[in-house]
Amino acid sequence: MSLLPYLDIGLALLVVVVAVWTIAARDLFTSVVGYVAYGLLLAFVWIRLYAPDVALTEAAVGGGVTGVLLITAGKRLGARKNVAPEAQPGLAFRLLTGVLAALVAGALGAVILMLPDPPPSLAPEAAAAADGAGAGLGNPITAVLMSYRSFDTMLEKMVLILAVVGVWSVGTDKAWGGAPAPFRRPKPYAPMVFLAQMLAPVGVLIGIHIFWTGANAPGGAFQGGALLAAMWMVTMMARLAEPPRIDTQRLRLALVAGPAVFLIIGLAGKVVAGSFFAYPPALAKPIILFIEAFMLLSIAAALPMLVAGPPSERADQ
Amino acid sequence: MTPSVLAGLVGATLVGLGLYGLILHPHPLRKLLAFNLMGSGVFLVFGIVARRGAAAGFRFDPVPQAMVITGIVVAFAASALAVALILRLSEESSRVTLDPEAWTKPDSGDAK
Repeated sequence: MSLLPYLDIGLALLVVVVAVWTIAARDLFTSVVGYVAYGLLLAFVWIRLYAPDVALTEAAVGGGVTGVLLITAGKRLGARKNVAPEAQPGLAFRLLTGVLAALVAGALGAVILMLPDPPPSLAPEAAAAADGAGAGLGNPITAVLMSYRSFDTMLEKMVLILAVVGVWSVGTDKAWGGAPAPFRRPKPYAPMVFLAQMLAPVGVLIGIHIFWTGANAPGGAFQGGALLAAMWMVTMMARLAEPPRIDTQRLRLALVAGPAVFLIIGLAGKVVAGSFFAYPPALAKPIILFIEAFMLLSIAAALPMLVAGPPSERADQ
Repeated sequence: MTPSVLAGLVGATLVGLGLYGLILHPHPLRKLLAFNLMGSGVFLVFGIVARRGAAAGFRFDPVPQAMVITGIVVAFAASALAVALILRLSEESSRVTLDPEAWTKPDSGDAK
Protein backbone atom coordinates (compact mmCIF):
# COMPACT_ATOMS: atom_id res chain seq x y z
CA MET A 1 0.00 0.00 0.00
CA SER A 2 1.60 3.20 -1.07
CA LEU A 3 1.68 6.39 0.90
CA LEU A 4 0.70 8.57 -2.05
CA PRO A 5 -3.12 8.53 -1.61
CA TYR A 6 -2.72 9.82 1.96
CA LEU A 7 -0.34 12.52 0.75
CA ASP A 8 -2.91 13.49 -1.87
CA ILE A 9 -5.66 13.82 0.71
CA GLY A 10 -3.36 15.76 3.03
CA LEU A 11 -2.36 18.11 0.23
CA ALA A 12 -6.00 18.63 -0.80
CA LEU A 13 -6.96 19.45 2.81
CA LEU A 14 -4.01 21.81 3.14
CA VAL A 15 -4.95 23.69 -0.05
CA VAL A 16 -8.56 24.08 1.09
CA VAL A 17 -7.56 25.19 4.60
CA VAL A 18 -5.12 27.80 3.29
CA ALA A 19 -7.79 29.00 0.83
CA VAL A 20 -10.28 29.36 3.70
CA TRP A 21 -7.63 31.29 5.59
CA THR A 22 -7.06 33.78 2.76
CA ILE A 23 -10.82 34.41 2.62
CA ALA A 24 -11.32 34.56 6.38
CA ALA A 25 -8.16 36.50 7.38
CA ARG A 26 -8.84 39.81 9.08
CA ASP A 27 -6.39 42.06 7.27
CA LEU A 28 -5.24 42.30 3.69
CA PHE A 29 -1.56 41.49 4.30
CA THR A 30 -2.32 38.21 6.09
CA SER A 31 -4.66 37.23 3.32
CA VAL A 32 -2.07 37.99 0.59
CA VAL A 33 0.59 35.95 2.40
CA GLY A 34 -1.96 33.14 2.58
CA TYR A 35 -2.57 33.49 -1.14
CA VAL A 36 1.14 33.13 -1.98
CA ALA A 37 1.36 29.98 0.16
CA TYR A 38 -1.80 28.75 -1.53
CA GLY A 39 -0.25 29.29 -4.98
CA LEU A 40 2.78 27.19 -4.04
CA LEU A 41 0.61 24.39 -2.58
CA LEU A 42 -1.52 24.42 -5.71
CA ALA A 43 1.66 23.90 -7.73
CA PHE A 44 2.08 20.56 -5.92
CA VAL A 45 -1.47 19.58 -6.87
CA TRP A 46 -0.60 20.35 -10.50
CA ILE A 47 2.47 18.14 -10.26
CA ARG A 48 0.24 15.32 -9.06
CA LEU A 49 -1.91 15.85 -12.16
CA TYR A 50 1.19 15.30 -14.34
CA ALA A 51 1.28 18.97 -15.24
CA PRO A 52 4.76 20.24 -14.26
CA ASP A 53 4.54 23.08 -16.82
CA VAL A 54 1.33 24.37 -15.25
CA ALA A 55 2.87 23.89 -11.79
CA LEU A 56 5.83 26.10 -12.72
CA THR A 57 3.53 28.79 -14.13
CA GLU A 58 1.18 28.64 -11.14
CA ALA A 59 4.07 28.93 -8.66
CA ALA A 60 5.76 31.78 -10.54
CA VAL A 61 2.82 33.83 -11.84
CA GLY A 62 -0.23 32.69 -9.84
CA GLY A 63 1.51 32.69 -6.47
CA GLY A 64 4.65 34.81 -6.74
CA VAL A 65 4.01 37.71 -9.08
CA THR A 66 0.32 38.09 -8.13
CA GLY A 67 1.42 38.13 -4.47
CA VAL A 68 3.90 40.95 -5.16
CA LEU A 69 1.21 42.82 -7.09
CA LEU A 70 -1.29 42.61 -4.22
CA ILE A 71 1.26 43.41 -1.48
CA THR A 72 2.50 46.47 -3.41
CA ALA A 73 -1.10 47.56 -4.05
CA GLY A 74 -1.97 47.05 -0.37
CA LYS A 75 0.98 49.22 0.72
CA ARG A 76 0.10 51.99 -1.73
CA LEU A 77 -3.56 51.86 -0.70
CA GLY A 78 -2.65 51.70 3.00
CA ALA A 79 -0.44 54.79 2.65
CA ARG A 80 -3.49 56.80 1.58
CA LYS A 81 -5.58 55.51 4.48
CA ASN A 82 -8.86 56.18 2.77
CA VAL A 83 -10.37 52.74 2.52
CA ALA A 84 -13.23 53.31 4.88
CA PRO A 85 -13.98 50.38 7.17
CA GLU A 86 -17.35 49.34 5.87
CA ALA A 87 -20.05 47.63 7.81
CA GLN A 88 -19.90 43.85 7.43
CA PRO A 89 -22.99 42.48 5.75
CA GLY A 90 -25.65 41.10 8.08
CA LEU A 91 -25.87 37.50 9.21
CA ALA A 92 -28.83 36.66 6.96
CA PHE A 93 -26.98 37.93 3.89
CA ARG A 94 -23.86 35.99 4.86
CA LEU A 95 -25.87 32.80 5.31
CA LEU A 96 -27.54 33.32 1.96
CA THR A 97 -24.14 33.84 0.28
CA GLY A 98 -22.81 30.74 2.02
CA VAL A 99 -25.71 28.68 0.72
CA LEU A 100 -25.23 30.05 -2.80
CA ALA A 101 -21.48 29.33 -2.75
CA ALA A 102 -22.11 25.82 -1.39
CA LEU A 103 -24.68 25.20 -4.13
CA VAL A 104 -22.28 26.31 -6.87
CA ALA A 105 -19.42 24.23 -5.43
CA GLY A 106 -21.74 21.25 -4.94
CA ALA A 107 -23.06 21.42 -8.49
CA LEU A 108 -19.54 21.67 -9.86
CA GLY A 109 -18.43 18.75 -7.68
CA ALA A 110 -21.37 16.65 -8.90
CA VAL A 111 -20.44 17.42 -12.50
CA ILE A 112 -16.87 16.31 -11.81
CA LEU A 113 -18.09 12.99 -10.42
CA MET A 114 -20.25 12.45 -13.51
CA LEU A 115 -17.73 13.32 -16.24
CA PRO A 116 -18.26 11.32 -19.46
CA ASP A 117 -16.43 8.06 -20.00
CA PRO A 118 -14.36 7.63 -22.14
CA PRO A 119 -13.16 11.22 -21.79
CA PRO A 120 -12.96 13.38 -24.92
CA SER A 121 -9.39 14.21 -25.80
CA LEU A 122 -7.43 16.34 -28.20
CA ALA A 123 -4.23 14.48 -27.37
CA PRO A 124 -4.04 12.55 -30.70
CA GLU A 125 -4.34 15.78 -32.71
CA ALA A 126 -1.77 17.45 -30.49
CA ALA A 127 0.54 14.47 -30.89
CA ALA A 128 0.19 14.72 -34.67
CA ALA A 129 1.00 18.42 -34.47
CA ALA A 130 4.00 17.72 -32.28
CA ASP A 131 5.24 15.18 -34.80
CA GLY A 132 4.56 17.45 -37.77
CA ALA A 133 5.10 21.16 -37.56
CA GLY A 134 6.55 21.12 -34.07
CA ALA A 135 9.07 18.44 -34.97
CA GLY A 136 11.96 18.03 -32.62
CA LEU A 137 10.17 19.34 -29.55
CA GLY A 138 10.21 16.78 -26.77
CA ASN A 139 7.83 18.77 -24.60
CA PRO A 140 4.24 18.34 -25.89
CA ILE A 141 3.06 21.45 -24.00
CA THR A 142 5.56 23.66 -25.84
CA ALA A 143 4.56 21.97 -29.11
CA VAL A 144 0.89 22.78 -28.41
CA LEU A 145 1.63 26.35 -27.31
CA MET A 146 3.93 27.19 -30.19
CA SER A 147 2.58 25.06 -33.01
CA TYR A 148 -0.85 23.46 -32.56
CA ARG A 149 -2.42 26.45 -30.77
CA SER A 150 0.11 29.11 -31.74
CA PHE A 151 -2.56 31.68 -32.56
CA ASP A 152 -3.86 31.55 -28.96
CA THR A 153 -0.37 32.05 -27.62
CA MET A 154 0.23 35.06 -29.85
CA LEU A 155 -3.10 36.63 -28.84
CA GLU A 156 -2.23 36.06 -25.21
CA LYS A 157 0.96 38.10 -25.68
CA MET A 158 -1.25 40.82 -27.19
CA VAL A 159 -3.42 40.69 -24.08
CA LEU A 160 -0.32 41.29 -21.95
CA ILE A 161 0.55 44.38 -24.01
CA LEU A 162 -3.05 45.63 -23.88
CA ALA A 163 -2.98 45.21 -20.10
CA VAL A 164 0.26 47.21 -19.88
CA VAL A 165 -1.30 49.95 -22.05
CA GLY A 166 -4.40 49.84 -19.84
CA VAL A 167 -2.38 50.17 -16.64
CA TRP A 168 -0.35 53.05 -18.08
CA SER A 169 -3.49 54.86 -19.24
CA VAL A 170 -4.85 54.90 -15.72
CA GLY A 171 -2.13 57.40 -14.72
CA THR A 172 -2.70 61.15 -14.76
CA ASP A 173 -2.10 63.22 -17.91
CA LYS A 174 0.79 65.11 -16.31
CA ALA A 175 2.62 61.91 -15.45
CA TRP A 176 2.43 60.42 -18.96
CA GLY A 177 5.83 59.33 -20.20
CA GLY A 178 7.31 59.35 -16.71
CA ALA A 179 8.45 56.44 -14.60
CA PRO A 180 6.15 54.39 -12.34
CA ALA A 181 6.51 54.97 -8.62
CA PRO A 182 9.36 53.04 -6.94
CA PHE A 183 8.37 49.72 -5.45
CA ARG A 184 8.96 50.40 -1.79
CA ARG A 185 10.62 52.33 1.01
CA PRO A 186 12.73 55.34 0.05
CA LYS A 187 15.91 54.15 1.81
CA PRO A 188 17.68 51.02 0.58
CA TYR A 189 17.10 48.20 3.04
CA ALA A 190 20.33 46.25 3.60
CA PRO A 191 18.99 42.65 3.77
CA MET A 192 16.88 43.30 0.67
CA VAL A 193 19.92 44.68 -1.20
CA PHE A 194 21.94 41.63 -0.16
CA LEU A 195 19.16 39.28 -1.27
CA ALA A 196 18.87 41.01 -4.63
CA GLN A 197 22.64 40.89 -5.20
CA MET A 198 22.81 37.18 -4.33
CA LEU A 199 19.58 36.04 -5.94
CA ALA A 200 19.37 38.01 -9.18
CA PRO A 201 22.37 36.50 -11.05
CA VAL A 202 21.37 32.96 -10.08
CA GLY A 203 17.72 33.63 -10.86
CA VAL A 204 18.50 35.05 -14.30
CA LEU A 205 20.60 31.99 -15.09
CA ILE A 206 17.82 29.61 -13.95
CA GLY A 207 15.23 31.63 -15.89
CA ILE A 208 17.21 31.31 -19.13
CA HIS A 209 17.81 27.62 -18.42
CA ILE A 210 14.06 26.99 -17.91
CA PHE A 211 13.36 28.74 -21.21
CA TRP A 212 16.05 26.76 -23.07
CA THR A 213 15.14 23.39 -21.61
CA GLY A 214 11.43 24.03 -22.30
CA ALA A 215 11.77 22.57 -25.79
CA ASN A 216 12.26 19.08 -24.39
CA ALA A 217 11.42 19.16 -20.67
CA PRO A 218 8.94 21.06 -18.46
CA GLY A 219 9.57 24.77 -18.79
CA GLY A 220 9.35 27.33 -21.55
CA ALA A 221 9.08 31.02 -22.32
CA PHE A 222 6.25 31.68 -19.85
CA GLN A 223 7.95 30.14 -16.85
CA GLY A 224 11.42 31.44 -17.70
CA GLY A 225 10.03 34.90 -18.46
CA ALA A 226 8.17 35.01 -15.15
CA LEU A 227 11.40 34.13 -13.33
CA LEU A 228 13.37 36.84 -15.16
CA ALA A 229 10.55 39.28 -14.37
CA ALA A 230 10.75 38.31 -10.68
CA MET A 231 14.51 38.95 -10.66
CA TRP A 232 14.01 42.41 -12.18
CA MET A 233 11.37 43.14 -9.54
CA VAL A 234 13.68 42.00 -6.74
CA THR A 235 16.39 44.42 -7.89
CA MET A 236 13.78 47.19 -8.16
CA MET A 237 12.53 46.44 -4.64
CA ALA A 238 16.08 46.71 -3.34
CA ARG A 239 16.31 50.04 -5.18
CA LEU A 240 19.33 48.75 -7.10
CA ALA A 241 17.36 49.53 -10.25
CA GLU A 242 14.50 51.97 -10.73
CA PRO A 243 11.42 51.39 -12.88
CA PRO A 244 12.21 52.81 -16.34
CA ARG A 245 10.35 55.76 -17.83
CA ILE A 246 7.48 54.42 -19.89
CA ASP A 247 8.43 56.44 -22.96
CA THR A 248 11.81 54.69 -23.20
CA GLN A 249 12.28 53.30 -26.69
CA ARG A 250 14.04 50.17 -25.44
CA LEU A 251 11.26 49.26 -23.00
CA ARG A 252 8.57 49.64 -25.64
CA LEU A 253 10.58 47.59 -28.15
CA ALA A 254 11.05 44.85 -25.56
CA LEU A 255 7.31 44.83 -24.86
CA VAL A 256 6.22 44.43 -28.48
CA ALA A 257 9.13 42.21 -29.61
CA GLY A 258 7.46 38.90 -28.69
CA PRO A 259 4.08 39.32 -30.42
CA ALA A 260 5.66 41.22 -33.34
CA VAL A 261 8.20 38.49 -34.14
CA PHE A 262 5.51 35.85 -33.62
CA LEU A 263 3.13 37.61 -36.01
CA ILE A 264 5.79 38.24 -38.69
CA ILE A 265 6.88 34.60 -38.64
CA GLY A 266 3.24 33.50 -38.65
CA LEU A 267 2.60 35.61 -41.75
CA ALA A 268 5.79 34.34 -43.37
CA GLY A 269 4.46 30.81 -42.78
CA LYS A 270 1.62 31.65 -45.18
CA VAL A 271 4.15 32.23 -47.95
CA VAL A 272 6.80 29.64 -47.10
CA ALA A 273 4.91 26.71 -45.61
CA GLY A 274 1.48 27.25 -47.13
CA SER A 275 -0.61 28.34 -44.14
CA PHE A 276 -0.79 30.98 -41.46
CA PHE A 277 1.44 29.98 -38.50
CA ALA A 278 2.86 26.94 -40.28
CA TYR A 279 6.58 26.35 -39.97
CA PRO A 280 8.74 24.55 -42.54
CA PRO A 281 9.23 21.16 -40.84
CA ALA A 282 13.00 21.07 -41.22
CA LEU A 283 13.40 24.40 -39.45
CA ALA A 284 10.52 24.12 -36.96
CA LYS A 285 12.59 23.78 -33.81
CA PRO A 286 15.02 26.68 -34.43
CA ILE A 287 12.11 28.91 -35.50
CA ILE A 288 10.10 28.06 -32.40
CA LEU A 289 13.07 28.74 -30.15
CA PHE A 290 13.68 32.02 -31.99
CA ILE A 291 10.07 33.15 -31.37
CA GLU A 292 10.21 31.97 -27.78
CA ALA A 293 13.37 33.97 -27.12
CA PHE A 294 11.55 37.20 -28.04
CA MET A 295 8.49 36.12 -26.07
CA LEU A 296 10.75 35.58 -23.07
CA LEU A 297 11.95 39.17 -23.42
CA SER A 298 8.39 40.52 -23.71
CA ILE A 299 7.12 38.58 -20.71
CA ALA A 300 10.13 39.60 -18.63
CA ALA A 301 9.40 43.25 -19.49
CA ALA A 302 5.59 43.17 -19.26
CA LEU A 303 5.10 41.49 -15.86
CA PRO A 304 7.19 44.00 -13.83
CA MET A 305 5.56 46.90 -15.71
CA LEU A 306 2.13 45.52 -14.77
CA VAL A 307 3.17 45.31 -11.11
CA ALA A 308 4.87 48.73 -11.10
CA GLY A 309 1.62 50.38 -12.09
CA PRO A 310 0.90 53.63 -13.94
CA PRO A 311 3.52 56.39 -14.29
CA SER A 312 3.63 58.69 -11.30
CA GLU A 313 4.58 62.33 -10.91
CA ARG A 314 6.52 61.75 -7.73
CA ALA A 315 8.87 59.20 -9.27
CA ASP A 316 11.41 61.80 -10.37
CA GLN A 317 11.80 63.12 -6.81
CA MET B 1 -10.76 8.14 -5.18
CA THR B 2 -8.17 8.95 -7.81
CA PRO B 3 -5.91 11.99 -7.45
CA SER B 4 -7.63 13.72 -10.35
CA VAL B 5 -11.15 13.36 -8.91
CA LEU B 6 -9.80 14.62 -5.58
CA ALA B 7 -8.17 17.61 -7.30
CA GLY B 8 -11.42 18.29 -9.14
CA LEU B 9 -13.36 18.36 -5.88
CA VAL B 10 -10.74 20.72 -4.43
CA GLY B 11 -11.27 22.92 -7.51
CA ALA B 12 -15.04 22.92 -6.93
CA THR B 13 -14.52 23.88 -3.27
CA LEU B 14 -12.18 26.70 -4.29
CA VAL B 15 -14.76 28.09 -6.72
CA GLY B 16 -17.35 28.11 -3.91
CA LEU B 17 -14.94 29.75 -1.44
CA GLY B 18 -13.91 32.37 -3.98
CA LEU B 19 -17.52 33.20 -4.79
CA TYR B 20 -18.28 33.59 -1.08
CA GLY B 21 -15.34 35.98 -0.57
CA LEU B 22 -16.10 37.88 -3.77
CA ILE B 23 -19.64 38.66 -2.66
CA LEU B 24 -19.00 39.34 1.01
CA HIS B 25 -15.68 41.20 1.29
CA PRO B 26 -16.20 44.97 1.18
CA HIS B 27 -12.50 45.70 0.46
CA PRO B 28 -11.87 45.83 -3.32
CA LEU B 29 -8.44 44.16 -3.11
CA ARG B 30 -9.92 41.33 -1.04
CA LYS B 31 -12.59 40.94 -3.69
CA LEU B 32 -9.86 40.70 -6.33
CA LEU B 33 -8.03 38.06 -4.30
CA ALA B 34 -11.22 36.04 -3.89
CA PHE B 35 -11.82 36.31 -7.63
CA ASN B 36 -8.33 34.94 -8.29
CA LEU B 37 -9.08 32.06 -5.90
CA MET B 38 -12.19 31.30 -7.90
CA GLY B 39 -10.17 31.43 -11.11
CA SER B 40 -7.58 28.95 -9.89
CA GLY B 41 -10.43 26.62 -8.91
CA VAL B 42 -11.72 26.78 -12.49
CA PHE B 43 -8.20 26.06 -13.79
CA LEU B 44 -7.98 23.03 -11.51
CA VAL B 45 -11.28 21.66 -12.82
CA PHE B 46 -9.92 22.20 -16.32
CA GLY B 47 -6.71 20.45 -15.26
CA ILE B 48 -8.49 17.23 -14.34
CA VAL B 49 -10.20 17.27 -17.72
CA ALA B 50 -6.67 17.36 -19.15
CA ARG B 51 -5.59 14.49 -16.91
CA ARG B 52 -8.58 12.34 -17.86
CA GLY B 53 -8.01 13.01 -21.54
CA ALA B 54 -4.76 11.05 -21.48
CA ALA B 55 -4.40 9.37 -24.87
CA ALA B 56 -1.97 8.84 -27.72
CA GLY B 57 0.83 7.88 -25.38
CA PHE B 58 0.58 10.97 -23.17
CA ARG B 59 -0.20 10.86 -19.48
CA PHE B 60 -2.39 13.93 -20.00
CA ASP B 61 -4.11 15.89 -22.76
CA PRO B 62 -1.63 18.67 -23.57
CA VAL B 63 -4.22 21.03 -25.10
CA PRO B 64 -6.17 21.96 -21.94
CA GLN B 65 -2.88 22.18 -20.03
CA ALA B 66 -1.46 24.67 -22.52
CA MET B 67 -4.70 26.66 -22.27
CA VAL B 68 -4.44 26.74 -18.47
CA ILE B 69 -0.90 28.16 -18.76
CA THR B 70 -2.23 30.86 -21.07
CA GLY B 71 -5.14 31.41 -18.68
CA ILE B 72 -2.92 31.93 -15.64
CA VAL B 73 -0.93 34.64 -17.42
CA VAL B 74 -4.08 36.38 -18.72
CA ALA B 75 -5.67 36.23 -15.24
CA PHE B 76 -2.58 37.97 -13.88
CA ALA B 77 -2.78 40.68 -16.55
CA ALA B 78 -6.45 41.29 -15.71
CA SER B 79 -5.65 41.45 -11.98
CA ALA B 80 -2.93 44.03 -12.63
CA LEU B 81 -5.39 46.18 -14.58
CA ALA B 82 -7.93 45.86 -11.74
CA VAL B 83 -5.30 46.90 -9.18
CA ALA B 84 -4.40 49.97 -11.27
CA LEU B 85 -8.08 50.96 -11.45
CA ILE B 86 -8.58 50.47 -7.70
CA LEU B 87 -5.49 52.59 -6.89
CA ARG B 88 -6.63 55.36 -9.23
CA LEU B 89 -10.07 55.29 -7.62
CA SER B 90 -8.48 55.78 -4.24
CA GLU B 91 -6.42 58.70 -5.60
CA GLU B 92 -9.42 60.44 -7.06
CA SER B 93 -11.99 59.98 -4.34
CA SER B 94 -11.87 60.50 -0.62
CA ARG B 95 -13.03 56.96 0.06
CA VAL B 96 -12.61 53.68 -1.74
CA THR B 97 -15.84 51.80 -1.87
CA LEU B 98 -17.88 49.85 -4.34
CA ASP B 99 -21.09 50.84 -2.56
CA PRO B 100 -23.19 52.73 -5.14
CA GLU B 101 -25.00 54.58 -2.34
CA ALA B 102 -21.74 55.90 -0.83
CA TRP B 103 -21.85 59.16 -2.80
CA THR B 104 -25.19 60.15 -1.35
CA LYS B 105 -24.26 59.35 2.24
CA PRO B 106 -22.51 61.90 4.50
CA ASP B 107 -18.71 61.33 4.69
CA SER B 108 -18.78 59.69 8.09
CA GLY B 109 -16.12 57.07 7.36
CA ASP B 110 -13.68 59.52 5.77
CA ALA B 111 -10.21 59.26 7.31
CA LYS B 112 -9.02 62.69 6.26
